[in-house]
Amino acid sequence: MSSVTIPRTKPSGPVVPRFTFPQVALAVGAVLLALVWLAPLLWAVDTSLKPEPETTRTPITWLPEAPTFAAYQSVVDQGSILRWFLNSTIVACLVTVLTLGVSTLAAYGFSRTTFPGRRVLFGLLIAGILVPPQVLIVPLFQEMSSLRLVDTYWGIVLPQVVAPVMVFVLKKFFDGVSRDYEDAARVDGATRLRIVWSVMVPMSRPVLGAVAIFTFIGAWNNFLWPFIVTTDPSMMTIPVGLANVQGSYGLRYAQIMASAVLGGLPLLIVFALFQRQVVRGVGDAGIKG
Amino acid sequence: MAVQTPPRTTSSPPTTTAPQRPGPPWTEKWGGLFFVAPFGVLFAFFLLWPTLSGLWNSFFNTSLAGVQQEFLGLRNWQEMFGDPAVWASLRNTLVFTAMSTPPLVVIALVMALLANRQGLLGWFLRFAYFAPFVLPATVVTLIWVWIYQPGFGLVNGLLTAGGFAEIDWLNTENRAMLAVVITTVWWTVGFNFLLYLAALQGIPEQVYEAAAIDGASGRQQLFRITLPLLSRTTGLIVVLQLVASLKIFDQIYLMTDGGPNYATRPIIQYIYESGFTSYRIGYASAVSYMFFLVIVIVSIAQFRLFGGRKEADR
Repeated sequence: MSSVTIPRTKPSGPVVPRFTFPQVALAVGAVLLALVWLAPLLWAVDTSLKPEPETTRTPITWLPEAPTFAAYQSVVDQGSILRWFLNSTIVACLVTVLTLGVSTLAAYGFSRTTFPGRRVLFGLLIAGILVPPQVLIVPLFQEMSSLRLVDTYWGIVLPQVVAPVMVFVLKKFFDGVSRDYEDAARVDGATRLRIVWSVMVPMSRPVLGAVAIFTFIGAWNNFLWPFIVTTDPSMMTIPVGLANVQGSYGLRYAQIMASAVLGGLPLLIVFALFQRQVVRGVGDAGIKG
Repeated sequence: MAVQTPPRTTSSPPTTTAPQRPGPPWTEKWGGLFFVAPFGVLFAFFLLWPTLSGLWNSFFNTSLAGVQQEFLGLRNWQEMFGDPAVWASLRNTLVFTAMSTPPLVVIALVMALLANRQGLLGWFLRFAYFAPFVLPATVVTLIWVWIYQPGFGLVNGLLTAGGFAEIDWLNTENRAMLAVVITTVWWTVGFNFLLYLAALQGIPEQVYEAAAIDGASGRQQLFRITLPLLSRTTGLIVVLQLVASLKIFDQIYLMTDGGPNYATRPIIQYIYESGFTSYRIGYASAVSYMFFLVIVIVSIAQFRLFGGRKEADR
């Protein structure tokens, strides 16, 4: 900022960054708050590495005296958690792929085509954003049981694919894409479906990425609907299955924490890898689950 | 909501009439429907239909099996308005919303101010503040129930280490809701933090440089520039947060099961229990609809307040 007089030559000594006191204070405060926010996660990992008797000892031991993976071993050996992992993976992938496909097409339809009743349908879509999925559980369950979709992947997946917010977000983005590309493609004889695939999708990659990540996280984490629509433990997703863990393990806290760590780890990894897209996605779209 | 969608091209002259290729007239007129159809079918089946059938059910005495229906007219609705459990759970929901919204806005703002322009530290701070948000409710509650344990839980461990008395967080009527609020703030504040961070990063650096030249102190810059420029974002966050908090269910159900003595049971849990534990679909539907109306009213009120401000800004 005030680097007017300093010539751009390499300093001979070690570079001493000139931080002002408020900057340092802010950074220290930021790190302290970050540690507070990470503490529960670290405490969970810490507990999961203790042998069972040590978890309930008072006064608390901060670090395990002899760290062990025994708790993880027994959680995995009991079998269910791997099945729930598989279920969550299948469900979250299906929801993401279907949501992206269906929402992209609909967003294109609303943004670029005209057909009778288009405005009415779009109004209905906007109204749909207002309907909280939580109040639909009772009629949806009835519907699912008459369609015999209780305890099936489709029963868990299909209602989650209906995400009017995502269509709305994509439509707004498509509205901002210049029509020139499309017209050029049309002149070259591309069909509209082709235009969606080769023009709109590549141009909207950041938004589509954000929608995909949020849909995936949302589907993986969804508790209420899978909890309602699954009764068979072998069809449960991670969040629903883990809800039973506390009861079935009794007071074995190391095992409970090991399950929690296993249940949360994939998402933390996804987030660490795609942090940039997540941050931008929230900024651009304000998508709240 | 979408803040900026950067126009990716040089300013294109507005195409006066869309150069439609003269295709078969049927496709020109109805072809667009093809794109909307897949979503439309799912929308009709899994959103529109249950919304309408919920309303229909609320006038009947329907069991979960749904076979023998007896028309009740408005009796479910009348019963609901006289049902103390409805009012108590609605009150719990509102108390939760009132307790959780302010910290979820203020802490998010503080986090964003701390993490903004932190160069190297930025990645770590964003990860730490946002990470809990990506965890499933069950993982969050397993961890926090453990943290709140009497005796060997982390919170009580810290309290006793500091010479304070222990608190049985989840089994004391007036502490349980606070415990849920603390957990919720930890879990979800990251989302609001990111919204604030995006807004902060949208403020051009020159504004501060100009202010610095005019001799504005850091404090003045914060209160005279940053916070006013964030007011729109704050409005958006408050709207989203109020509606999200009203839908509280997962963490309460998992942490306290609505207890102790129903002190934390939110309205969605009451809907769930009426429908799936007492098997009273019709009654649960009536309560659902009442709650739906509450959410719609809050959304519209907020939208009008917020929307009005947006107009005034222009």
